Amino acid sequence: MELPLDYATLRTIWWLLLGVLLIAFALTDGFDMGVGALLPFVARNDEERRMVINTIGATWEGNQVWFILGGGAIFAAWPMVYAVSFSGFYLAMFVVLSAMILRPVAFKYRSKRPEARWRAAWDWALFIGGFVPVLVFGVAVGNVLQGAPFRLDTDLRAFYEGSFFGLFTPFTLICGLLSVAMLVLHGAAWLGVKAERGPVLDRARTFGTVAAFASLALFGIGGLFAAFGDLGFRIESAVDANGPSNPLHAVMTAAPGAWLDNYGRHPWMLIAPVLGFGGVVIALIGLWRRSDALAFGGSSASTLGIISTVGLSMFPFILPSTIDARSSLTVWNASSSHLTLFVMLLGTVVFLPLILIYTAWVYKVLWGRSSTAALKTNPDLY
Amino acid sequence: MDLAVVDLSRLQFALTALYHFLFVPLTLGLSFLLVIMESIYVMTNRPIWRTITRFWGTLFGINFVLGVATGITMEFQFGMNWSYYSHYVGDIFGAPLAMEGLMAFFLEATFVGLMFFGWDRLSKVGHLAVTFLVALGTNFSALWILIANGWMQNPVGADFNPATMRMEVSDFMAVLFNPVAQAKFVHTVSAGYVIASLFVLGVSSWYLLRGRWTSVAKRSFTVAAAFGLASSLSVVVLGDESGYALTDNQKMKLAALEAMWRTEPAPAGLAAFGIPSVKDRETHFEVKIPYVLGLISTRSIDRPVVGIFELVAVAEDRIENGVKAYDALEAYKANPKDLDARGRFELHRRDLGYGLLLKRYVDDPRKADRATIQKAAWDTVPNVPLMFWAFRIMAGVGFLMIGIFTVAFILATRRNFQTRWFLWAVVCAMPLPWLAAEMGWVLAEVGRQPWAVEGVLPTFLGASSLTVPQLWATIIGFTAFYGALAVVEVGLMLRAIKKGPFAHTLPEPEDDAAFDPATA
Repeated sequence: MELPLDYATLRTIWWLLLGVLLIAFALTDGFDMGVGALLPFVARNDEERRMVINTIGATWEGNQVWFILGGGAIFAAWPMVYAVSFSGFYLAMFVVLSAMILRPVAFKYRSKRPEARWRAAWDWALFIGGFVPVLVFGVAVGNVLQGAPFRLDTDLRAFYEGSFFGLFTPFTLICGLLSVAMLVLHGAAWLGVKAERGPVLDRARTFGTVAAFASLALFGIGGLFAAFGDLGFRIESAVDANGPSNPLHAVMTAAPGAWLDNYGRHPWMLIAPVLGFGGVVIALIGLWRRSDALAFGGSSASTLGIISTVGLSMFPFILPSTIDARSSLTVWNASSSHLTLFVMLLGTVVFLPLILIYTAWVYKVLWGRSSTAALKTNPDLY
Repeated sequence: MDLAVVDLSRLQFALTALYHFLFVPLTLGLSFLLVIMESIYVMTNRPIWRTITRFWGTLFGINFVLGVATGITMEFQFGMNWSYYSHYVGDIFGAPLAMEGLMAFFLEATFVGLMFFGWDRLSKVGHLAVTFLVALGTNFSALWILIANGWMQNPVGADFNPATMRMEVSDFMAVLFNPVAQAKFVHTVSAGYVIASLFVLGVSSWYLLRGRWTSVAKRSFTVAAAFGLASSLSVVVLGDESGYALTDNQKMKLAALEAMWRTEPAPAGLAAFGIPSVKDRETHFEVKIPYVLGLISTRSIDRPVVGIFELVAVAEDRIENGVKAYDALEAYKANPKDLDARGRFELHRRDLGYGLLLKRYVDDPRKADRATIQKAAWDTVPNVPLMFWAFRIMAGVGFLMIGIFTVAFILATRRNFQTRWFLWAVVCAMPLPWLAAEMGWVLAEVGRQPWAVEGVLPTFLGASSLTVPQLWATIIGFTAFYGALAVVEVGLMLRAIKKGPFAHTLPEPEDDAAFDPATA
């Protein structure tokens, strides 16, 4: 069967879609996690905590699906990436899963019993569910940028030769902290939009400001690592973007500094890091002026910019290998078949707009600030 | 490969899947029961039905969240523990999972929040629509996951591509309309409806026995009896459909669950009892009901049902062919321009998976001797006694459910809610459909061993290259974590049941006395 889109185009589209999914996850569930990480610090008593939890109470569940869909989409569109990364980062994935399991339960169960100890325990669970995945995702992205110690045999079975503690290097820790700072800022900005005005919001603004400065610094340091550290890979052989998905045909080598190559070739890509820095500055202005929409717009823009920077810097690499550069996974050698990519695209074209429409409708129905007063009148609230 | 890694990965998958499957069926059924109850509220406009809907909604919520939370593990576990499987069949298997996210998870997860928090923000019909969308989403989710699972049982519409060393889709429609997937879907969701119906029936019976909240209990009892009767009938009829699907696609599974060692001449009888012995390769003390198996599995009285010995002989031939496919594939890998090798591979490609079975014993299947091939052929027999008993428990509970719901339905139509022995029986029977559902899972998944994907990829090849300590760490972690969550979940369920249907109108905080089942 002749498909209307060629293989290379579909692979590029799916690379973009993967970016869309990750960014949508960071933008929506990102503020849920940021709020979770902020919970013990911005809210000091049960009433305040319930008010904060209810800013995300009715919508975190849908937001979390971006994470699940991200996993499913990588499985469907980049099975090799799914196979290599999740088994390679095995224990880190387990930590993330545990935190991601803890979070839904904490939301639902926290207010089911009145005892202070019960609620405090679930508050910490919400904190862990917000903070830990965000930190680990950042560290994971750092490891992806750095390359992972895996190799493929001729059957394309993956062998991983790293250790759990090997995941933590100065660079990956900076990425992890940047991830935390970025989403804490986003969570603080969300509280600005959704929480009632008062002491909680004031504290959120303070933490948001700190997170914003940390974001600027960490993103900058990350850039210095990319320029002067030993990060980067390059494809040396001719690339057949329409070829079968088999990594073992290309010649790839480690090339320090190569993550900046794309910006030289395509200067328009600089828009991503500019958005990353600029968004934080806008968010800061919003926080200072108490302009909630501006702060949230800024934190969203910075999240978009920072994640896009990672993707664009690495293109066409998805997961380079440090011990066998030849095994590195790229947009051109690790995707699903032509037919699968096409059929999945049809599914996405139908359902993604629908999802956006009904999600927007649900947010509209639930519009309005969460308040401590509502807790007394509405028995449905968490 | 390290077989300990494979066994531990299987153990972990079984633990997490069986645990996940405690919550999912209840969600599947309760969501539709909520739709029914809320529809009655919208149509009659009587507040009692709103109370009823919200009460069962509370229990739904406590259960739902664990289904979602443990589902996250399921999705990521394929990449974590079964990475070669993920590479080998991700081109086909990943697509339904992604569709599940796009079409089902978003629907249920986006609207479930509104279902709980939107009572005062939506019109009555609007809220009913939201509840319906949640039910639709959860059931779509079952559809997609069973399409994925059905493909593992009956891998249609896909071929091995030597250039990428994996299976690739050739026909998506075949994957979508896979008869095994369709039969499994309807059977599984009906089982979920039965579980939820008996749950509602059981809790209602408990209230009736205690004389508490009888206005809610009688109405819930009636709804559950009707829905449960329809569901329990369809679960058995559709389970029969599942059995029929096995005849063409998984003969070995059928033979194993019947412990039928030798081909039974037509019309085959169904073993009502027996003690299957793996060592002797025969079933002792067998009691057979004539004709029944032939009727179920072949829909005829003149077609035989093939036995295990005969199927092992077929497997032996296929393994020999598989070695030829493997040999051709190796030659092709060494030189992709070798057209002769490619041609030989095409000739035997269907049996490549059987050749791979030898990798359990030898690194290079071409070096396997006669005895090894025979051993590998016997590996294609799943755990016969386990299959035999799992099937009988599942089917037995299935028929028992029809009995219970028939009686419940008759009592409800006569407005008789005081038959105490029956109410007690229902309360005692509450765990049984869960047991049946778990047995059904065992039957489906242990029954396809040694295959991860029937005839295509042996389970032991699918595992990741992990270490035993890594696996123990996560198994212990999951067990402890899941165990604690189970205690918390059951505690909250019992607490909510004890508080009763009018709890949400009471002011918080409530009495915080520890829950005592004796006084509940």
